[in-house]
Amino acid sequence: MSQPAGLSFEQAPQFSLPLRFFLTAPLFLIAAAILIALSPDALASRWTPQVLALTHALTLGFLAMVMLGALMQMLPVVAGSPLPALHLVARISHVSLVLGTAALMTGFLTGKAAAYGSGVVLLGVCFAVFLVAAATSLARAVAGVTVNGIRFAVLGLTLTILLGVALALLRAGWWTPPAIESAINAHVSFGLVGWVLLLVVGVAYQVVPMFQLTPPYPPRLSRWLAGALFALLLLHAAAPVLPPVAARIVDALLAAGILLFVAATLHLQSRRRRKLPDVTLDYWRLGMASLIASVAVWIVAQAWPAWADSDAYPLLLGTLFIGGFAASVVNGMLYKIVPFLAWFHLQAQLQATAGSIPTMKDMIAERWMRGQFRLHLIACVLLLGVPFWPQLGIAAGGVLALSAVVLWINLLSAVRRFIAHGGDFY
Amino acid sequence: MNTILDFLGSDHHACDDLFASAEAAVAQKNWDSAREQFGRFQAAMAHHFTMEETLLFPAFESRTGMSTGPTQVMRMEHAQMRDLLQGMQDAVAAANQNSFLGLSETLNMLMQQHNLKEENMLYPMSDRVLGSERESLIRAMQASGSQDET
Ligand code: HEM
Ligand SMILES: [Fe+2]
Ligand SMILES: [Fe+2]
Repeated sequence: MSQPAGLSFEQAPQFSLPLRFFLTAPLFLIAAAILIALSPDALASRWTPQVLALTHALTLGFLAMVMLGALMQMLPVVAGSPLPALHLVARISHVSLVLGTAALMTGFLTGKAAAYGSGVVLLGVCFAVFLVAAATSLARAVAGVTVNGIRFAVLGLTLTILLGVALALLRAGWWTPPAIESAINAHVSFGLVGWVLLLVVGVAYQVVPMFQLTPPYPPRLSRWLAGALFALLLLHAAAPVLPPVAARIVDALLAAGILLFVAATLHLQSRRRRKLPDVTLDYWRLGMASLIASVAVWIVAQAWPAWADSDAYPLLLGTLFIGGFAASVVNGMLYKIVPFLAWFHLQAQLQATAGSIPTMKDMIAERWMRGQFRLHLIACVLLLGVPFWPQLGIAAGGVLALSAVVLWINLLSAVRRFIAHGGDFY
Repeated sequence: MNTILDFLGSDHHACDDLFASAEAAVAQKNWDSAREQFGRFQAAMAHHFTMEETLLFPAFESRTGMSTGPTQVMRMEHAQMRDLLQGMQDAVAAANQNSFLGLSETLNMLMQQHNLKEENMLYPMSDRVLGSERESLIRAMQASGSQDET
């Protein structure tokens, strides 16, 4: 009998494959922090070049960087289906994501058409390669709630990139897409909710029960939530042609769906069987609290147009969602994935016994992870004040940069221990 | 309990529960209880591995002709887990909390992703390919359990 599609137990890809993504990501976090610290005046409105540049340093350079690397690692485990031509896909998408994000940031900051153009080409290559590979893998995947969530997230990413490319061509002055405002709105909501949030939802179904031994998410929720949120996003994007009442109902349902996910996650975590202190858990809880705050800020804007039209509102919402929610969850995940992979590859390469190599917990010092969590928390709190007192940006950017540097040092320390014990990185 | 997925899947959860109790006892430095809980966890794991390695995997291999594929990777991961369990046993005997918790965190990650692969892929596939043999296989696994406990 030939090996059926969907059943793959191939060994994990080599250590350096996901790590190149994980070790690059903090550098973009540092870049975003420097932009915040250097130009507090520019933080008064969401449309300034600096804010657009730092937004994409965060969404592409940090979040997408980690998420692409993590998906390449995870799909074989959760879906039984690795990406085709994995090594080539990893190399091309990593290099083009790094250069493309830098070019797009340069485009925003200088307004030069050539920079936008190279950003569009490089990011186009990056995501075309990744998305074709991911779609191939997902088409063969074993069905399940996580795979279902990832499928919608990948669809959300595809729409985000298409819209982003159109918007970048517009900024470069090469093409004027129709309905610009709706296109920007759709780009933002598919990017942040369709891609980032749905990916976190899909992955949470798997890792929340696994890390802390909680009960599983109720199947009644996990089966339909990602698909429902995605359908609501489509309706949300079509809001300009919907009757206003319908658009309001769609928005209310979106908010309710997100809150349902948060409530389920916090409830499961409160029933966890493993009660040891855990930095990743703290990061998840901070992320979930920020998600609640995002929805609250957004609801206030629906009821109070003066707030919705203020400069502060979108900046506050973006800070809560990107910094407080997405960056926290991703940072927390790195503290599980990287130490585990370091241990796993060391054990497999050396065929070592448990006593002779460091455990997962020895890979990154607990105190340093805690310290970095505190820095991240302080940075988040300071950032929340920036939309109201832009001068806080100097302090907020400074602490965020420090937090990102410590994150980087922590991840590097796992690689250093791996190599020091005789692991072969490449 | 008439599928392999149900039977061995719920055994995974039973092992998880014993794991959590043993780890909690170590976290509280309640060493007497820790040794007892860990002993039960270790025995449950050993029994689970034995059921898979002596009953399920051979049946799967002879039905599918795949003896170097999935089951080989699973056996390898069992060896890694056995090794971690041995380390944990030494740590609990020496009342070494740090060592135990480092190993248990590692074991949890390895064990959970191993179980995931079995529950998502290997067990459902075994249920499909074993056909009529399935019932007798589950009975044999149940019987191996009652022997162990005597
Ligand atoms: C994961 C992917 C992405 C996410 C989550 C994302 C998110 C965002 C967000 C939140 C904004 C609004 C910024 C603000 O209000 O200050 C924005 C705007 C923008 N994005 Fe993206 N983005 C992504 C990818 C891209 C890509 C790949 C491109 C181009 C190739 C792009 C081009 C743009 C442009 C040009 C704007 C400004 C719209 C305008 O004012 O003309 N984005 N994006
Ligand atoms: Fe197993
Ligand atoms: Fe098993």
